[in-house]
Amino acid sequence: MYPRAFDYVAVASIDEAIEALASHPGAKVMSGGMSLIPMMKLRLLSPETVIDIGKVPGLDQIEDGGDHISIGALVTHGAIVASSLLRAEATALVQAASWTGDVQVRNRGTLCGALAHADLAADSPAAVLALGATMIAQGPGGTREIAAADFFVDTLQSALTPDEVLVGLRIPKRGGGSAYDKLGRRGGHSDYAVAGVAAWVSMSGGVVSDCGVALTGVGTKPAMATAVMEALRGSGPDGVEAAASHATDGVTVLEDLYGSEAYKAHLARVYTARAVQQAMAAAS
Amino acid sequence: MTATLSALGGVVKRREDPALIHGRARYVDDIKLANMAHAAFVRSPYPHARVTDIDASEALAMEGVFAVYTADDVRHLGLLLAQITVVNRPLLVDVAKHAGDAVAMVVAADRYVAQDAADAIHVEYDVLPSVTNMVKAATNEILVHDGMESNVILSWEGGPFGDEEGIAATRKTIAEARKRDDTVTVSIEMRNQRLLPTAIEPRCVLADWNGGYSRFDLYSSTQIPHALAGAVAKTFGLPYNSVRCLAQEVGGGFGAKLNVYSDEMLVCFASQKLHRPVKWTETRREAANSTIQGRGWVATASMTGTRDGELLGYELTGVCDMGAYTQNFTAAIPFLGVFVGSGQYKMPTYIKLDCVVTHTMTTDAYRGAGRPEAIYYLERILDAFAREIDMDPADVRRKNFIPNDAFPSAISPIGFAMDTGDYATNLDALLAKADYEGLKAERDAARAEGRLVGIGLSSYVEVCGFGPSGLVDLGFSWSEYGLPSAFNGNGVVRVHPDGTVTCVIGTGPSGQGHQTTWAQIISHHLAVPIENVRVIHGDTHESPVGIGSFGSRSAAVDGSATWMAADRVRDKAAKLAAHLLEAAPEDIRFADNEAHVAGSPYHKVSWSDIATLAYQPHRLPEGMEGGLEAAVVFSPANATWPFGTHLALVEIDPDTGNTQLLRYIAMDDCGEVINPMIVDGQIHGGIAQGVGQAMFEEAIYDEDGNLLSASLMDYLLPTAADLPSFELDRTVTPTDVNPMGVKGVGEAGTIGSAQPIVNAVVDALSPFGVKHIDMPVRPKRVWEAIQAAKGA
Repeated sequence: MYPRAFDYVAVASIDEAIEALASHPGAKVMSGGMSLIPMMKLRLLSPETVIDIGKVPGLDQIEDGGDHISIGALVTHGAIVASSLLRAEATALVQAASWTGDVQVRNRGTLCGALAHADLAADSPAAVLALGATMIAQGPGGTREIAAADFFVDTLQSALTPDEVLVGLRIPKRGGGSAYDKLGRRGGHSDYAVAGVAAWVSMSGGVVSDCGVALTGVGTKPAMATAVMEALRGSGPDGVEAAASHATDGVTVLEDLYGSEAYKAHLARVYTARAVQQAMAAAS
Repeated sequence: MTATLSALGGVVKRREDPALIHGRARYVDDIKLANMAHAAFVRSPYPHARVTDIDASEALAMEGVFAVYTADDVRHLGLLLAQITVVNRPLLVDVAKHAGDAVAMVVAADRYVAQDAADAIHVEYDVLPSVTNMVKAATNEILVHDGMESNVILSWEGGPFGDEEGIAATRKTIAEARKRDDTVTVSIEMRNQRLLPTAIEPRCVLADWNGGYSRFDLYSSTQIPHALAGAVAKTFGLPYNSVRCLAQEVGGGFGAKLNVYSDEMLVCFASQKLHRPVKWTETRREAANSTIQGRGWVATASMTGTRDGELLGYELTGVCDMGAYTQNFTAAIPFLGVFVGSGQYKMPTYIKLDCVVTHTMTTDAYRGAGRPEAIYYLERILDAFAREIDMDPADVRRKNFIPNDAFPSAISPIGFAMDTGDYATNLDALLAKADYEGLKAERDAARAEGRLVGIGLSSYVEVCGFGPSGLVDLGFSWSEYGLPSAFNGNGVVRVHPDGTVTCVIGTGPSGQGHQTTWAQIISHHLAVPIENVRVIHGDTHESPVGIGSFGSRSAAVDGSATWMAADRVRDKAAKLAAHLLEAAPEDIRFADNEAHVAGSPYHKVSWSDIATLAYQPHRLPEGMEGGLEAAVVFSPANATWPFGTHLALVEIDPDTGNTQLLRYIAMDDCGEVINPMIVDGQIHGGIAQGVGQAMFEEAIYDEDGNLLSASLMDYLLPTAADLPSFELDRTVTPTDVNPMGVKGVGEAGTIGSAQPIVNAVVDALSPFGVKHIDMPVRPKRVWEAIQAAKGA
């Protein structure tokens, strides 16, 4: 629990952070530090410089943008749980945030930090995928938008380039209903997801008109369950089980201490069905 | 100032909590001495490997690095002392016997540089064949230690314990019972998995060698400061009183700190060499492989009985994982299992446990130490037997209890005298509290709806409060550490001239609240407010002897010594008060921090008046000596045998295998109670650890000897969020082996709590015909059991 020596740079703006990233190759950006610091203490990661964006003003806001909700880089899991706007418009994200870590982690850890960390078993990535969020990255050349579906590249690897900072995300207000459900390592909703599924559905005439379904904890990265989504479109509640059977189509299921391939694939189907059913109930 | 007067049985808030809550408690890592250096260890990544080369040149060139030591530097100090001496650990190794075995120690100006230097030491290894699975190790295909013929280093057998002819007769009786046409035998092989004790404060040790006086001050987060002082004195060839060991604030121990460790000797060595204080603070991940682990048995339990529930024979045979070395009590832990192996029952019992070494970290005492394992097997197989004969498991238990008229000193089938017991009353109290019949009806109604709901029961008996110092004659001494006995109690009570009281004890808390309960013991006798009582513990220079806090022994043994010392002080104080009040000593009464004459409450003197007289010898009546203190060394006639009954109610999600613990009800009997709130706290923590074993925790080694669950990301501890509110109550059956009647409660919760959960899970899965499921009952394992049962 003793990290290697590193330089610490606290920046006052994102521009400063980007300059610092350019002048300190191999630097890591820190917001809440809830993933970065433990990895450094275990010496799994030893950046020469840590750039702390935690004191940058104005990034801790959740804002209603009319057709979308903006979430700043420093919005904590705890703030997401407390947001009535998100509870109404992005239930899946609120549920995912509420089951992330413990109270201390939720009060310090940020959504954007967790997304940039891209843990394969974290809760929030599934929610932002299902909700069709857009990530906003800022680098030396300005800002660019990355669809959530393109953001999670591999285990602990996001689409951010080394000179970029994730400054926020937008969640579209698409109506319908959403939900996140999971089995945690310690059972129930406790701890990292053995399998977690987020679903968003829009219903029309008793059938699904549009949807987003995403898995976490099952494969090498949080990912959209596109085969489930295709099967769901146009079907009603009685089609959920059949759609859920496609949960791991095209997914390389990873065995770990908490589940064999067969068990995790089974859980993916169970929680896909549960999340979709809850989302449908919320949509109607 | 508040004046809290409390007799035994009073709820007093813990006096230690304000400092703990406000972060003002001073742990070893908080102590910073001038010129203090820091140690870090280089540990073998392999379970079995010969060190062929150590290149420390890069580390030694780093700024702030003072020294690097390897096996050659410390060989002259000998092996690590241990009480049960079978395979002692070298202080640093040439041949690693488990992943995490220390091959080199770095000492540097700070802990960070020490770690950098440790990372910069290049070690070459010749990797040797290893065996980390205890069942495989027992076949002796790969030997853990050169020069030993077998990995089985010791076997414990009973009952009766230590009586070969008696054992043969027991086995014959059981074999004959099995052959009878009217009996049923149920046999199951079960794993009791390894656990990591995981105290909230990892170990920390700070040695300060004073070359001028040739003595050590040694601060350590230990449960056994006196044994540690003795071990250091012997290792370094010093008189016992040249080592002052201080263990003043210990953040949990659970048996893991009931050990003398090689790192404790090594920091002493470095401090002596470098003429600086040297500290080592264990990291959480390091702790997994440098602090002892617990449990680790694979055994087969068999129960034979009649169809109407009369138990005729119980057998338990198997292997117990010692890890690579034997430390303090390693090889004796299974013996503690044999000790209680027949539980509360009277059926003939045969137990044989083989102690097997493996290429893994050493095991030793972990809360319960052998007793949770033994009771797990017994109560699981008893449950399976009840299921087989279709009889309520509560009824099978009640039918086979050792009857009340066998007490006191009932002889267990294993051959040990059990102090006191009233098992049926306790069981019935639990069933009434739980509304057992109503609960069963609820379960059956849920089952009819297709829900998987289960009820699990467990009785348990514990043996603790060690104990008779005569155990020395059975080999349980601490002579290896230069101490006269592993088991006696010590209490010193001293009244100061202003009437305040200091109490010195030879046991030390690691969270048990001794500051409060010992003050209550004093207050009970002397009627002084507990605010006026200072309790000194964890200092080998204050207390002449002391064994430490483990085996649920502190209150029963050291508490009793304190009780007796306080009683003596009271007797003398009564004489002094009588002199001042011109009354007879037998007419003196103590109340509200004063002494008065019986029947005449205004005819009184204060404790300050009494104590002042004690320290003014010229005023004393003829024949009385000055001073007002007493010291008692106490050895009880026997260990104590607490008992209880626990019940768990679970519901399983059939789609995921997720088990939810809905209710947990416990009826414990630990004899008389000093502070009910502290007793409840002990039961709470104990149950949490038993539930942890049943549902979450497992130290998992892979075939290559790596501990896969070395961090708290993968070693799943229960949190408050994972547990229901426990419903606690107790019966009170005092012991007759100590003057307070207290039995001990430190381990009871853990001993009682793993098997009711597994019994409940098996009950819930009974519609599928599942007969057993190994711990931890993680969702994956439950789901797989359901799938296997469906497929079968």
